[in-house]
Amino acid sequence: MKKNKKVRPKRPRWTKNDTELSILALPTTIWYILFCFLPMFGLVIAFKNYRVTGGKSFLYNVIHSAWSGFKNFEFLLKSKDLFVILRNTILYNLAFIILGMVLSVGLAIMISLLHSKRKSKVYQTLMFFPYFMSWVVVAYFLDAFLNQDNGLINSMLRDAGSEPVRWYMTAGVWPFLLIFMYLWKSTGYNMIIYLSSITGIDTTLYEAAVVDGASQRQQVWYITLPCLKSVIIMMFILNVGKVFYSDFGLFYQLSQGATGSIFNTTATIDTYVFNAIRSSTPIGMTSAVTFFQSVACCITILVANGIVRKLDEDSAII
Amino acid sequence: MAKRREVTDAPNKLNRISKKTNLCFNLIFVFLALLCIIPVIFIFIISISSEDSIRHIGYRFIPESFSADSYIFLFREASMILRALGVSFVVTVTGTALGVMLTTMMGYVISRSNYRLKGFCTMVVFIPMIFNGGMLSSYVVNTQLLHLKDSIWALILPLLVSSFNVVICKTFFKTNIPESVMESAQIDGASQFTIFGRIVLPLAKPLLATIALFLTFGYWNDWFQSSLYITNTKLYSLQALLDHIQRSIEVMANNPAMGVTMTEYMNSMPKEGARMAMAILIIIPIACTYPFFQRYFISGLTVGSVKG
Repeated sequence: MKKNKKVRPKRPRWTKNDTELSILALPTTIWYILFCFLPMFGLVIAFKNYRVTGGKSFLYNVIHSAWSGFKNFEFLLKSKDLFVILRNTILYNLAFIILGMVLSVGLAIMISLLHSKRKSKVYQTLMFFPYFMSWVVVAYFLDAFLNQDNGLINSMLRDAGSEPVRWYMTAGVWPFLLIFMYLWKSTGYNMIIYLSSITGIDTTLYEAAVVDGASQRQQVWYITLPCLKSVIIMMFILNVGKVFYSDFGLFYQLSQGATGSIFNTTATIDTYVFNAIRSSTPIGMTSAVTFFQSVACCITILVANGIVRKLDEDSAII
Repeated sequence: MAKRREVTDAPNKLNRISKKTNLCFNLIFVFLALLCIIPVIFIFIISISSEDSIRHIGYRFIPESFSADSYIFLFREASMILRALGVSFVVTVTGTALGVMLTTMMGYVISRSNYRLKGFCTMVVFIPMIFNGGMLSSYVVNTQLLHLKDSIWALILPLLVSSFNVVICKTFFKTNIPESVMESAQIDGASQFTIFGRIVLPLAKPLLATIALFLTFGYWNDWFQSSLYITNTKLYSLQALLDHIQRSIEVMANNPAMGVTMTEYMNSMPKEGARMAMAILIIIPIACTYPFFQRYFISGLTVGSVKG
């Protein structure tokens, strides 16, 4: 403290107030150190030949493992898996962001125009429902339709005299299934977020527009959408920041493991890492994947936020 | 009366959509709403279909015959379910209580503009929003440094705080609690603990409700932590149990009736129906409560949204 005082004499001195606030902040700070900052430090194992020595602590292991430079990354680049999981992760996320946004903004505007508010409340409640289901439960829903022996679709195919399909082994259908299920689960929730901003729009704007002879379509285009702009941008940045992450449960639970013959269309970075952890394969290559994921994610958030800041100062988050 | 209110409620009553468009929109929403709940109804019908019917014609909306065997089976095997329910309950309650405490404390501290270390604390909260260690590092740290493998704390601790919630708290405290109240309390000699506990928290009840709900649903629906850290079946939560029996429902068959061998019991159990009945048991508490809490989820995003 003394040193600080000498450098910057104008700073207010440390008070009882500061001590008390520090005590309040201490537990959460410890939590952050243990569960957020130590794993960040743990990323260095991507550059290490990480070995677990029995009976020694994690820090000891990290410090005493030999540096391996970029060897882990070389292995990664040589494997074909990297391309597949990277492509899947990014393309699925882009599809989710674009389709999700168009669909939920569109539906939010539609539901705000309904004549009966009571019906609109009922629709909202019902459409919100899937958001509260865990992916494990949703996997049961999907299984009821796609199960090879008993599933509804295969039974109907049998009734119609055609061969049942092994859905959990048919790679081609999964992009559609996963996108559909994502939209099924999240659209209601996103729609309600947008709807709550729509209801917050000043109604005098619409009245003025009507007086000026604006049609319904013009009102949506020139009043509702511009008023939604900042919410849309905020949701956009939040989602773009996660473009290298995937909604793990969606990919892992619905496809029942994201491995085997549907690996090519269902595996993402997260399912790949998870399966590697569970099968206790050597940690090296996996750690290179997660290192890449963390860094790429950080860069995308900063870039996305930077672009938004350029376009519209007020909408940027950071 | 109700009709008149509907008309005045419409935001742009001067130029409403035509009756025909209204009807179209209504049809679309009826369809979407059905799409959202039909899977649940379907699962429920499967759970009350008889096992023979499933064997003959598969899962159908109209089975050949109904039976309550699945639920009777689950009732007989209640010990495992009750244990899982207990784990879920303990995890949810402890996690929510601790989480709300840690989140609001940090939110309060970084909302105080005259605090010396405010900048440092804000960085502690903000950096993890942008950069994080990822699944593997967390797993290595949690298992090898904190030794959380196969401990109930593995289900609670990693999900306690989210920076997003802390920022919501900070914004709420900044905008909704008048500075003058806190200043006058300070002049009267109140410590920060008193101000936080006696003034700030009671004024922030809607915020507490929102954060608590986020955490409650997060913990109740969590299966991921279990699948990473828990191998001991005694520590399975309901979701983990459901995840587990997707592969083999047989683990649940432990209490055969009198005079029946284990193999016979295994063969006679309603395998398919019981799985679906389990899913229904997990859905029911959520389905019954979420309509009442729904608005808090939205208020969490609007009242204290990141940009305020």
